[in-house]
Order: sequence, then structure tokens, then C-alpha cells
Amino acid sequence: MNFETVIGLEVHVELKTNSKIFSPSPVDFGAEPNLNTNVIDWGYPGVLPTTNKGVVESGMKAALALHADISKIQHFDRKNYFYPDNPKAYQITQSDTPLAQNGWVEIEVDGQTKKIGIQEMHIEEDAGKNTHGGDHSYVDLNRQGTPLVEIVSTSEIASPDEAYAYLEELRQQIQFTGVSDVKMEEGSMRVDVNISIRPIGQTEYGTKVELKNLNSFNYVKKGLAFEEARQRKIIMAGGEIQPETRRYDETTGQTILMRVKEGAEDYRYFPEPDLPALEISDAWIDEIKNNLPEAPSKRRDRYVNELGITEYDAMVLTQTKEMSDFYDRMIELHADPKQSANYLQGNVNAYLNDNQVDLQDTKITPENLATMVNLISDGTISSKMAKKVFKAITEGKEPKQFVEENGMVQLSDPSQLQPIIDEILSANPQSIEDFHNGKDRAIGFLVGQIMKKTQGKANPTVVNKLLIASMNK
Amino acid sequence: MSSNISKEEVAHVAELAKLKLDDNKLDYFTKQIDDIVGMFETIDKVDTTNIDPTYSVTDQLNTMREDIADNWNQRQALLDTAPETKDGFIEVPTIIDESGDGE
Repeated sequence: MNFETVIGLEVHVELKTNSKIFSPSPVDFGAEPNLNTNVIDWGYPGVLPTTNKGVVESGMKAALALHADISKIQHFDRKNYFYPDNPKAYQITQSDTPLAQNGWVEIEVDGQTKKIGIQEMHIEEDAGKNTHGGDHSYVDLNRQGTPLVEIVSTSEIASPDEAYAYLEELRQQIQFTGVSDVKMEEGSMRVDVNISIRPIGQTEYGTKVELKNLNSFNYVKKGLAFEEARQRKIIMAGGEIQPETRRYDETTGQTILMRVKEGAEDYRYFPEPDLPALEISDAWIDEIKNNLPEAPSKRRDRYVNELGITEYDAMVLTQTKEMSDFYDRMIELHADPKQSANYLQGNVNAYLNDNQVDLQDTKITPENLATMVNLISDGTISSKMAKKVFKAITEGKEPKQFVEENGMVQLSDPSQLQPIIDEILSANPQSIEDFHNGKDRAIGFLVGQIMKKTQGKANPTVVNKLLIASMNK
Repeated sequence: MSSNISKEEVAHVAELAKLKLDDNKLDYFTKQIDDIVGMFETIDKVDTTNIDPTYSVTDQLNTMREDIADNWNQRQALLDTAPETKDGFIEVPTIIDESGDGE
């Protein structure tokens, strides 16, 4: 029997606003427990939440980046459930009138491109955080009310690899709008997954299983692959899939039963009476659209067509917004596009990997790196010297000053180089003869001698030219 | 007793609200809720064809505030009203069931 896999992903993205979605408490991570909370966050009776305009705008940016249609009239709904991290006993979300609908992203798996639909997107509030210890649990409501955008995919994702590609694409698109850090390891991006399989040709869907504890894109892929195989085995053996929630175990790579779902979830949604509806005008949508940062695909096109770098280079540079913004700034400072791309992908990426840091947390600035690339382009320093200069840049030093202080300026002036060349030539008549006999190795030897004499400062290109001219005299 | 709502449905709602009701209480509330639901039967008789749903009784639209953070510094006052606290956290009985998430 052949099966097809049906995967649905629900992604929650934390929006990087100054204040919470319905209260003015600061959104600030790592603060002392409950420091950033007020009576609204604690769900006191009689308080009045107010919608944060910045959240609506951030949500719209995300929606536009995902090609979704923004709903013109939106209201909020209450989703009722009881849990200690949720002091109001309901979450304010959007049910009937989502922020946006009918979006899509384009993914590429095994050289095939495919559009994956986004069914709908909501803006809503996050819950607080529970920690467990001893015979009690402890609640911190700092996160309560942090704005989230929920992104619900259609069920068009047909394999674990497609799920992975979808998440990558989603992360990149959102990151470039600047509305979220979208980092799974920090919880600013969270993924809920459901998966079912059905024999090819069957019209009704198989029974869905929900997966939890998927803390990286890789775990999503591995968990789905395990689950796909598990379900296939059960059906092949004549068994039936239970509607259940399973937990991914990172150490074994298996999914483990958490609980069987009994009956549909019952959240008794109803319209939120405390918050007036939102009417989103075309003018507002246009304004946001016009101010949207350039999307990664547009940047790649520009890099390839206007700056002449390769598709591959363009792809690497647009992996993160920080890297792409950094590159754009270097180009503004007239650094050579190809050289700049090389340094970012080579030295800079290696430095980030070795030190496990993000670009914005280093002392490397686009100004300093552009200056270094320009020093190479105009022949002031050699690419060999650039290695030392790069190290200085990582320590926050200004390259021009560093080069001058360390006497690293490359020798390119023929009037200074010629006497040295003449000296080396007169000391090595055998090499001149070898050269005339067609032994190219002789040039390498002579250049080496000149470099030695100048302590590596001679400009190899100029030296080569002068040397050949001298020997052909 | 009329049958707008069953005892099982009330038991289900009580369970969702994490309330423990004994059989007597269950009968008591079933009767009350049954009466309330009964009132909606009257409303159900109104013809609402071509009438937009009322999501809000105010005619306000787009009442929003700018995204400016303002800490009201109510932490201590709020913690003082919590039944139990520890190190700035609200202390609650151990949560065993991890199923509650409202995302």
C-alpha cells in the first residue's frame, strides 16, 4: 500500500514591540519575575485592555510578507481555558475575523519549487511561564500579554523535508520584515505540528496526531519522519491511528505518547466585549506595504543583476537580515561587491561560527570591513596582509589606522620597487637564464626573493610586471 | 425538567472550568443553566436573516494606543494580593497536566 502524508503546521512568532498587546507593560526578556506586569496582565476585574497599534502594524507587515489578504474588519475573541499561566482564564485572540488569510510561501525541495498555502494568521496574547520545582509550581507573568502572530498553514505540506523548507522560508520572510527575531532556541518562534497519512487515492484525511516538544527545525523534521513511519507500520498491520498528542524525545529521536485526545477541544469562543473592532483602511495597508523592508528574494535579484555576484553568494548573504543589511551598507560605502561578498561568507562567517556569536554582537562593522576591502582594491594592502587587518577589525580597530601604525602599507610604487628588483636580478643570473629557457618556476623564485627583501610588503602584481619587463629588456 | 441542556453537558463545562461538583450540586446547576438556556429560545424566534452579527455594543472603531512601554510598577502590590508567593513568583500547586496551553 502506498501512502501520502498530510502535515499541518501552526507557527507562533513573538513580535518585538515595546509594550504588550493589550497593556502598556514593557516587553522585555530576562527581567525579574513579574516585574513587567500590571493589573491588566494579571486579569483583575474591571480593567480595560487597549489594543497596541504597533502590534496591528507588525502583524500586517508579517501578513504582507507572506502574501496574505488582510481582513478589513477585525475583532478579537476570547478563548476560554483554565491554567495557572493564564490569569484571566481566557486568551484574547482572533477567531472569526483573522488578521489575514490566503497567504503563501514558495519552497524548494530536491530542485522542485512548490507553493505552500497559509490558511490564516491571527494576532493574540502570549501566556505567562510556569516553572516546576519541589512540591509547587511557580508562575511568572512577564510574558503574559506579549504579542504573538499565529500562522496556520494549509495541509499542503506533504513530507518532513517540505515542513523543514516551509519553516526556513517562513523564518526568513518574517525576519526580513524586522517584526520578530524568529529564533526557536529563544522561544520567539514556536512550532506545533500535526500529521496524518492516508492511502493514495483516499479522499478523507487520516486521523491526525499532534507532536509537541519540537524545539528546532531539525527536530520537526526528525519527529515527522519518525511519526510518518510509525503510522504507516500501524496501518499496514491492520491497526488504527488514535487521535493523540505525542512528545518528541530528542535523545532517542522517537515520539512518545503523552495523551489520547478525547472529544474535540472546547474553548467556547465568544467576541471580546472590551475591545472595539478594527477597521483596516486601504490607505493604512498601502502605507505599511510601501515601508516594508526589501524582501529576501528581491535582495537576491538585486545582488545578482545589479551587483554581479553569483546566485549562490546572493543566497548565502540573504540567510539573515543582519548579514544582508551589513552587505548593503558595505556597498553604500563603495566596497567591491564581489570582494565584500567573499569576506562576509569566508572570514566573517568563519569568525561567527568559531565564536558562536551573531553578527550584531561582534565588533565587526560594515564601515571597517568596507574600508579594508577598499584598501585591498586600491592595492594599499595585499590580501595576505588583510588577514591581520581582519583580526584587528574583530577587535574593533579602525583598519586604516591599524595599517599605518603597523607599517603594513603595500609597496606598489615602481620607482621604489625597481632598485630592489635590479638588485635581486644581479644576484641571480642563473634564474634569468632559466627564465629565458622557458622555466616559469624562475619567476616564482625571484618574486619570492623580492617579497623576502621587502618583508612581504611588495605588491605581487606590480612586482610580476616589473620583473618580466626587466628580464625581457 | 425541560431539556435545553443535559446534566452531562453541565458536568463537561464544570470539568473545563476545573470545578468539582457533586451530584446534588450538578442537579442544582443543571436546573439553573437549563432555565437560562431556555431564555435564548425566545431570542431564537427573532428573524435575523440579513442582519449582521453584533460583535460589540459600542460603535467605537480603531481605539488603539501607540506602542509606548509604561511600567506601572505594580509588582509588589500585585504579589501582596496573591495567596502564595516565593522569590517574586506566584506559588501554585504543582501542575502535573501540561495540556493547558492557549496558543
